[in-house]
Amino acid sequence: MNRLSWFNVVSLTLGFAFLYIPMVILVIFSFNESKLVTVWAGFSTKWYGEVIRNEAFLDAAWVTLRVAFFSATIATVLGTMAAYAMMRRGAFVGRTLFSGMIYAPLVMPEVITGLSLLLLFIAIGLDRGVLTIILAHTTFAMCYVSVVVSSRLVSFDNSLEEAALDLGCTRFQAFMSVTLPIIAPAVIAGWLLAFTLSLDDLVIASFTAGPSATTLPIKIFSSVRLGVSPEINALSTIIIGIVTVGVLVASVLSKRQIAQARRDEAMADQAEG
Amino acid sequence: MLRVFTAIPYVWLLVLFLVPFAIVAKISVSDYAISIPPYTPTLDFSEGWAGVNAFFAALDFENFTFLAEDELYWKAYLSSVQIAAIATFLTLSVGFPIAYGMARAPREWQPALLMLVILPFWTSFLIRVYAWIGILANEGFLNQFLMWLGVISEPLQILNTNWAVYIGIVYTYLPFMILPIYASLERMDPSLLEAAEDLGCSRTAAFWHVTWPLARPGVIAGCFLVFIPTVGEFVIPSLLGGSDTLMIGKVLWEEFFNNRDWPVASAVAIILLLILIIPIVLFQRHETKERERGA
Repeated sequence: MNRLSWFNVVSLTLGFAFLYIPMVILVIFSFNESKLVTVWAGFSTKWYGEVIRNEAFLDAAWVTLRVAFFSATIATVLGTMAAYAMMRRGAFVGRTLFSGMIYAPLVMPEVITGLSLLLLFIAIGLDRGVLTIILAHTTFAMCYVSVVVSSRLVSFDNSLEEAALDLGCTRFQAFMSVTLPIIAPAVIAGWLLAFTLSLDDLVIASFTAGPSATTLPIKIFSSVRLGVSPEINALSTIIIGIVTVGVLVASVLSKRQIAQARRDEAMADQAEG
Repeated sequence: MLRVFTAIPYVWLLVLFLVPFAIVAKISVSDYAISIPPYTPTLDFSEGWAGVNAFFAALDFENFTFLAEDELYWKAYLSSVQIAAIATFLTLSVGFPIAYGMARAPREWQPALLMLVILPFWTSFLIRVYAWIGILANEGFLNQFLMWLGVISEPLQILNTNWAVYIGIVYTYLPFMILPIYASLERMDPSLLEAAEDLGCSRTAAFWHVTWPLARPGVIAGCFLVFIPTVGEFVIPSLLGGSDTLMIGKVLWEEFFNNRDWPVASAVAIILLLILIIPIVLFQRHETKERERGA
């Protein structure tokens, strides 16, 4: 039986207070009437109006969403391929290099990744803009996708795929009709992770964006450098709200799917018995 | 089909991950020039072998000598590693009790607690750092609160010091520490601790003999996950740190964007990479070993 000691209760309470109080303060003061962010002067939603009317924020948000959508989608395809190939293939020439290239971007400082990609784009004469940010984000996001998908593939029952192969499927058909539906939750989780990473990235985007495209983090960073502003608080609250709702919905859906899978398995067991 | 599945991501990573490093390495041995792109030499194939020879002859390690001779860079590397090490230790001290408490919590609470740890990780990093500016500033919430309590009579200068950087790192990297430690403690059977205590162990002894060995793989993974990216951190020192907060990520950024000296920025990146290659390789070994043990 698990029991919480006083020490556990205190550390959990303080820990979660530490994690959440800064966010709560940020949200509360986004409804502050005053321009001064640290002095409460009455309730107001005027800063939300300012955000919505701010063309520069809206343009940046649109660029950010497009970049995140395309880079997450390409990264999911590439990352899933990489995870599957690593799992199903035995030794091949360059395997160590391949796995190194998948794990290294996870811990690589962003300034290095950003600088190196920028120098590549300059060397091959690619104009910096939305395309180059998508390429850059795809590259580091596919590594995260690959890690998420391979952690699912580890527990995947290989015999299902072998049965499909025995029944005359090609490997590709077996992958599409047997493996992919089963690992789908992990693939979707990978896409969501890639999407958020892209939305969130400042450093790599700053290096690879060039003057023609500005993402929301670049915009926020340049105004935050000048100090705290209630408008940024309002914008942050909108982002926090969207992310929270998204994560909660995704987790409820995946819980349902896991429960459904368990029921299916139980029924299959019964049918066998 | 497996070949295709290997080849496409392989080629992608070669072109967009490995080749760029080769370019950084090449530019780090080039010279600064007022031109577009702002470095010389550039490889000119039109002159055949003579061009290639001239290209290689013009490369030198001048930028590295420059970095070695200028105190600023040495200090920036040292202080980045130092700040990252202290921050990692602080994150561990804050994260371990939380992970431990989560693992000891009733089973039915654990998914919710896990969710509470992961949720901030999904929220923008930039926003989470930004939230602390309003808290730590001289007229910020923390100083207001402490003065209201009467603990201090004058506001403390926290923002724009290394303390603000530590707080920012602990705050933003906490999930990376909690999750691996929780993952290794989660499987712990609490009856082991009771058995140890029945056999006459003190609580402290039981912790060191039972809990710690189980938690160690998670602690090691968590420390790497915090330490490695923190060494090159840019956002936190530039928003929360002061002018005397020296971190190499910030130096690289300024060298590139403000001074526009690409060759020096590249040399800074290469040395940073050489410093990080040891922990990165150790981390990868640790992960492979753990996965094999788990399988």
